[in-house]
Amino acid sequence: MPAAWKRLALALLLVLAPGTTWAADIRLAYLSMTIDRPPVLSNLDVWPEDEGLQGARLGVADNAATGRFLKQTFTLDEVVLPEDGDAAAAMAELASAGHRFVIADLPASALEAAVAAAPPDMLVFNAGAPDDHLRGTACRANLLHTLPNRAMLADALGQYLVKKRWSKWFLVIGPRPEDAAYADAIRRTAKRFGAKIVAERTWDGDFDLRRSAATEVPQFTQGPSYDVLVVADEIGDFGEYLPYQTWDPRPVVGTQGLTPTGWHRTVEQWGATQLQNRFQALAGRTMTARDYAAWAAARAVGEAATRTQAGDMAAYIQSPAFELAGFKGRALSFRSWDGQLRQPIGLAAARNLVTQAPVEGFLHPINEMDTLGFDKPETACTREGT
Amino acid sequence: MTYRTLLAASAVLATSALSWPAAAYTVFVSNEKDNTLSIIDGTRNEVIETIDVGKRPRGITLSKDFKTLYICASDSDTVQVMDVATRKILHNLPSGEDPEQFALSPDDRYLYVSNEDDNIVTVVDTVSREVVAQYDTGIEPEGMAVSHNGRWAVNTSETTNMVHWIDTTKGVMVDNTLVGQRPRHAEFTKDDAFLWVSAEIGGIVSVIDVPTKKIVHEITFSVKGVQPDQVQPVGVKFDKDNTYAFVALGPANHVAVVDMKTYEVEDTLLVGQRVWHMDITPDGAWAYASNGVSGDISVIDVANRKVVKSIKVGRYPWGVAIAP
Repeated sequence: MPAAWKRLALALLLVLAPGTTWAADIRLAYLSMTIDRPPVLSNLDVWPEDEGLQGARLGVADNAATGRFLKQTFTLDEVVLPEDGDAAAAMAELASAGHRFVIADLPASALEAAVAAAPPDMLVFNAGAPDDHLRGTACRANLLHTLPNRAMLADALGQYLVKKRWSKWFLVIGPRPEDAAYADAIRRTAKRFGAKIVAERTWDGDFDLRRSAATEVPQFTQGPSYDVLVVADEIGDFGEYLPYQTWDPRPVVGTQGLTPTGWHRTVEQWGATQLQNRFQALAGRTMTARDYAAWAAARAVGEAATRTQAGDMAAYIQSPAFELAGFKGRALSFRSWDGQLRQPIGLAAARNLVTQAPVEGFLHPINEMDTLGFDKPETACTREGT
Repeated sequence: MTYRTLLAASAVLATSALSWPAAAYTVFVSNEKDNTLSIIDGTRNEVIETIDVGKRPRGITLSKDFKTLYICASDSDTVQVMDVATRKILHNLPSGEDPEQFALSPDDRYLYVSNEDDNIVTVVDTVSREVVAQYDTGIEPEGMAVSHNGRWAVNTSETTNMVHWIDTTKGVMVDNTLVGQRPRHAEFTKDDAFLWVSAEIGGIVSVIDVPTKKIVHEITFSVKGVQPDQVQPVGVKFDKDNTYAFVALGPANHVAVVDMKTYEVEDTLLVGQRVWHMDITPDGAWAYASNGVSGDISVIDVANRKVVKSIKVGRYPWGVAIAP
């Protein structure tokens, strides 16, 4: 239909942005690393090997469907490094191959190395590392984050607990460094929203809970007077065995039980069912928070390509005009001060989305989503040059 | 409730009871999470019957003679055809997968169905009960409208953020107009001069000039005490005289009244939670709005711009269609 295309092209040039040039192909790269996961006690769920990658694929497919109407094509180059791979070298290679948009699904240390090797005109989306320091002291001008950081997750949980007046928290911390980081975020939230951590215990994990949870957990949780048990166990080693075994009848929240997350299979409002269905059809499994973060990164680029006619997409993504419909009921955008995608956070039980934060009543003068995580006055990031 | 507000409330009830429509309207409401249709008697404004339909019923629309009701049963992948007089499902139409919204051609012959999961608009012949055409759209096609003169069929794609224009005389998609984030609903003005398109996440209604397919105005809304990003326009309906538009603002829990000449928002009316779609009685006197989260219908006195009653229906009421 050459005639139709011509007419369409003309109409769009008039409607959208007169004088800009076409970009026929918008290239994205997905960079990740195989992670050797330690064995966990609860081995019911197999960790999907293509977690993150399938989200990027869906985002690019979504972009391509829109691109048909604008003569834009989208391609995704997938680079999955081995466990000890050199992320910096891989990033340099992507840069020399002409890539300017990279979805990085990497652990924090590899991400930092990769971003250091990225040229300044390359935009890197962090879709894999929840670490708070990446949004703070280790932030970069060309680094955006679509995965929520731990402070955002903890704030989302904290808002709900405080609203329920469950303000006395018993914090149980796993032995791994990421558990300590999660616990730090919980402590920050407690201070921020006026909750109290009445007890803290470290789980050293010497026993097989499948056999002895009934005897170990009651003893472990006996003593303090508290409202909720907050568990920090990111890899899911022991946390699944805490619910229903505590000495006192108390809910379990945190990394297990009621969990704050950027995405969950129970999210179905705001058109989310359609995204879940599309993902299921593509990947043959449910969509995780990492998948969602990679999807959102790809879609951010696609949205910029649509709105700017493939003009200065990186600038548009970081401008106040940018908004992304992300199936969470609010327009998503990037915080200028640390590059974090502001977004609602779901509080999910296994088969039930309990609520979505920002929780009603937590007010903000500009955007309620900025009650979650690092708001402008408290940022340690200097990417805005302040 | 204080004595004074109680008095005021009963006064409202008394006036509204007196001014209740004399003609017997029947209001059909699809309940997305109950797989049912609530049928409201418009003279009493009470649910008189609840009937089982296909899975996840969403869009519903009446034929021009009001004899037939079409129901999008999204998860049953079909459009059901109901006889309004007997309230029996007569048969199903092939609709493509996951039909969400649809619109009838002015002669009632062709049904344009958006297939949300497949990025397709399916055209179904309601007489031969066959699919006669399919058009590729952007992602998540949702809003459907056919112009009153039958020339244009438009579809809005929620993730692609475009209005796709199908020229029905040529049977081809000829144009696309980029609109705000997550366009949900499209409605032609009665003279077919303009197309109004709501963008749920963009928070705006775009007014598009039909001959040029260009946006000529963008209407923004503000509701006192509601954060701007919670003002999310969905359903749009025009009054009988084409002078005022009613726009459902989703989680802002209000319906806006917009002057169709000046595009000024003159009023916002408090309704139930997460208001979706509306229909207006043929005499133009009453509007019925579905409130998804609170599971009820708000009855609006159009002339006085007052919400006079809420009627409990099923879970997640979605579509509204009114027959005389």
